[in-house]
Amino acid sequence: MATETGIGASVRRKEDARFITGSGRYTDDINIPGQTYCMFVRSPHARAVISNIDTSEAKATDGVVDVFVGSDLAADEVGDLPCGWLVKSKDGSDMIAPPHPPIATDRVNYVGEPYAFVVAESLEAARNGAEAVNANFQVLDPVLNLRTASESDNIHDNVPSNRSYDWELGDKDATDAAFERADHVTSVDIVNNRLIPNAIEPRAAVGSYDAAEGAYTLYTTSQNPHLERLVLAAFVNIAPEAKLHVVSPDVGGGFGSKIFVYAEETAVIWAAAKVGRPIKWTADRVESFLADAHGRDHVTHAELALSSEGDFLGLRVKTLANMGAYLSTFASSVPTYLYGTLMAGQYKTPAIYVEVQALFTNTAPVDAYRGAGRPEATYVVETIVETAARELNMDPGEIRRRNFIRPDDFPYETPVALTYDTGNYEASLDRALDLVNYQGFAARKAESESDGKRRGLGFSCYIEACGLAPSQVALSLGAGVGLFESAEVRVDVTGSVTVMTGAHSHGQGHETTFAQLVSDKLGIPFENVNVVHGDTNRSDYGLGTYGSRSIAVGGSAISKATDKIIVKAKKIAAHMLDSQEDQVSFDDGIFTIPDSNESLAFAEVAFSAYVPSNYPLEELEPGLSEKAFYDPANFTYPAGTHICEVEVDPETGCTEIVAFVAVDDFGTVINPMIVEGQVHGGLAQGIGQALLEHGVYDDDGQLLSGSYMDYTMPRADDLPDFTVDTTVTPCTHNPLGVKGCGEAGAIGATAAVMNAITDALGVKELPMPATPETVWRAASGG
Amino acid sequence: MDLQGEATIPAPPHEVWGALQDPEILKNCITGCQEMERISETQYQSKVRAKVGPVRATFSATIQMVDIDEPHSYTLQVEAMGGAAGFGRGSAQISLEDQGASTRLKYLVSGNVGGKLAQIGSRLITGVSNTMATQFFKNFVGLWNTQNDTHSQGESNG
Repeated sequence: MATETGIGASVRRKEDARFITGSGRYTDDINIPGQTYCMFVRSPHARAVISNIDTSEAKATDGVVDVFVGSDLAADEVGDLPCGWLVKSKDGSDMIAPPHPPIATDRVNYVGEPYAFVVAESLEAARNGAEAVNANFQVLDPVLNLRTASESDNIHDNVPSNRSYDWELGDKDATDAAFERADHVTSVDIVNNRLIPNAIEPRAAVGSYDAAEGAYTLYTTSQNPHLERLVLAAFVNIAPEAKLHVVSPDVGGGFGSKIFVYAEETAVIWAAAKVGRPIKWTADRVESFLADAHGRDHVTHAELALSSEGDFLGLRVKTLANMGAYLSTFASSVPTYLYGTLMAGQYKTPAIYVEVQALFTNTAPVDAYRGAGRPEATYVVETIVETAARELNMDPGEIRRRNFIRPDDFPYETPVALTYDTGNYEASLDRALDLVNYQGFAARKAESESDGKRRGLGFSCYIEACGLAPSQVALSLGAGVGLFESAEVRVDVTGSVTVMTGAHSHGQGHETTFAQLVSDKLGIPFENVNVVHGDTNRSDYGLGTYGSRSIAVGGSAISKATDKIIVKAKKIAAHMLDSQEDQVSFDDGIFTIPDSNESLAFAEVAFSAYVPSNYPLEELEPGLSEKAFYDPANFTYPAGTHICEVEVDPETGCTEIVAFVAVDDFGTVINPMIVEGQVHGGLAQGIGQALLEHGVYDDDGQLLSGSYMDYTMPRADDLPDFTVDTTVTPCTHNPLGVKGCGEAGAIGATAAVMNAITDALGVKELPMPATPETVWRAASGG
Repeated sequence: MDLQGEATIPAPPHEVWGALQDPEILKNCITGCQEMERISETQYQSKVRAKVGPVRATFSATIQMVDIDEPHSYTLQVEAMGGAAGFGRGSAQISLEDQGASTRLKYLVSGNVGGKLAQIGSRLITGVSNTMATQFFKNFVGLWNTQNDTHSQGESNG
């Protein structure tokens, strides 16, 4: 049904009305009678032994209810924060996950690690109490340099060489053989800079305990409340899942940083029972910088073997991945199964070998951040391909085209464990070349040069594996949870519909997209569909939102449940129309039978299901409500071409992005406007990484970029008018043909920007972020 | 953080030396100093309320005098804990040059900060330290009731 609100329509987001009028309901908006406030006391040292913590003065502070330290939680058998993905080293041994107590007990291992917390009548009293906690530390030399971390002091007992694992993927011998017969080898050294996520809403938690019921309720800023509940129940030992209700109300951005189970909500929910009162904690911005999981932070050496004609023969990648001080919830999977598996990119490279060492340092834990491993992989592949093109004097588009997997090669099995189902990479490249006016580039470059400027063009032909994930594949690779999604479609008595999903919207617009999907399938008004998410008592167990999975997995589950509704409704309609089920057609919300002018509207059938006077009760249960769990058969593989054009002023080092073209293949698109918005946001973050953002620790392990004075977020005037378009090859294995669009911008953009700047400057490599100083030094010859 | 500067004090070195060891004088000359207690010949304990940009805190400082060469030079080793606000650590080399009726005092400070002070105050700390030093010598010179312009501006490089 093509309507103004159906699949393919740019419906304005229904949730925006409350967001832009200040009527959203975020965790910090939740207030429970009798509520207290919590403040965490955080380590000022990167690495230290805690000699003693004196809380007596804090406990005596006006308004302080209680003060807790790590040993209080340990005495109550509160479990450690677990890492949910077991990666194995080359030698078959399990990764090493050092103990990660929510509140530090004997040692602190990064600046910002909490070692005590204060519960008080007011936020001010909590702050005063936190100031009065006196701790003595024996300060140790921190381990900060990723390159030398494996030769430094051991941060954790039982983690030799500070190494969690030494992982490999691909055929080493075949890859080495490819290099032996290569005509040309291109090599690059790459640093993927540390990023700090910076969701607009800081993390928060409101925990309460109902002694009468013996049950807990936690409101928190989580991208996956069911996973939060599972971890708090099964690992942290707060309470059985049935006695733990987790709600993620409106959440203002996540980008991955709100997937994880953190110390703070764990401490809040535990302490709520201890003090017998609700507790609220809301991070301030400095806490977000210090204690949200950071992103990226790789050091990589990569080599590409080529024939003299520019055919890719083999790729070797060696990466050091910074884990920070502990393994965060999904940290281990990011530089392995979300990174190494993407090294084929869009190309038919026949032999690939990837090695990744995951190392600990005395910095904040590093975990998934928008794209999670795939931006890092794309940056490696697209930097080395662009460099190879320059070294072989080939056109950067043509070297890619020459090596692309072709439409008739699908399904295509890569040498790094994935099977791409479909794609048309040349279509995206051609469209992008057209949109950027590639033919006119030489003239534009000459014009810039006549103004004393330098102009460059950079390509990035990215691919991502998303729609996480086929459960059995993920479980066989070490995931600790299945990765299906749940849905319930509940038709109300009058024919309106409530949709419960296990996916979680924190900016993605699910309330609109999922409503479009259901209203289109049922032929009912868009306004009559209400989407509910983020509440473990209302939705079935689901896995939340990350990895561009919501439409591909969550949407497919909703589609399946809606199909079940139609099947049952047809049975009811057949009875009401005095016909047979297989004679009933359903289209555009109307049930009809052949050779008859009798018909029934969807709402009439729904009413009959709940007021079953004319109803086959002997054969069919009353009611019209169906559930589905959808487990995908494969990942989805969005792909596309991003081309960035920059003009650099060699006098000032300032880079202006004069054009940015993104042509993406997301398969079927439900709401083009929302997709375009997702692409814009992703591009901003990818460009932010290339030009502006950098998480920096000093030699003592102090976070220097700990506020907006020093951590540069992209602003509107840093970004160009994006030219965004799509090509479509529908996904072959989900019912909607959708692939997911949430991360593509952040995955593709960074390499395109950096390739454009190195093209403009005529240099091989440039560290990120390419600040004016960096660019000016490169333009001035160092 | 590194900071250096000098001041001319209208009194001979032995008198300046004595004043610099007097907890009451120090307390009165250090902006925000709430307590200054001499706990041994060479050790002081102090509480100073200070503001660095948006960070405000009371710092508990222990001050140790080392390399004492009376009345010519000494070094102060300072450790200041500000609880949730973080900490500061550093040393100050102080030398006194006899100029007859007056003394030329030179100081060379190096230090670092941690915790919240480092995250949001690191780029402000040099300026704040410079201001506190300037104010200290203004107050200190004022003890001898002379003009303020005897203190030349400190220099710093962060």
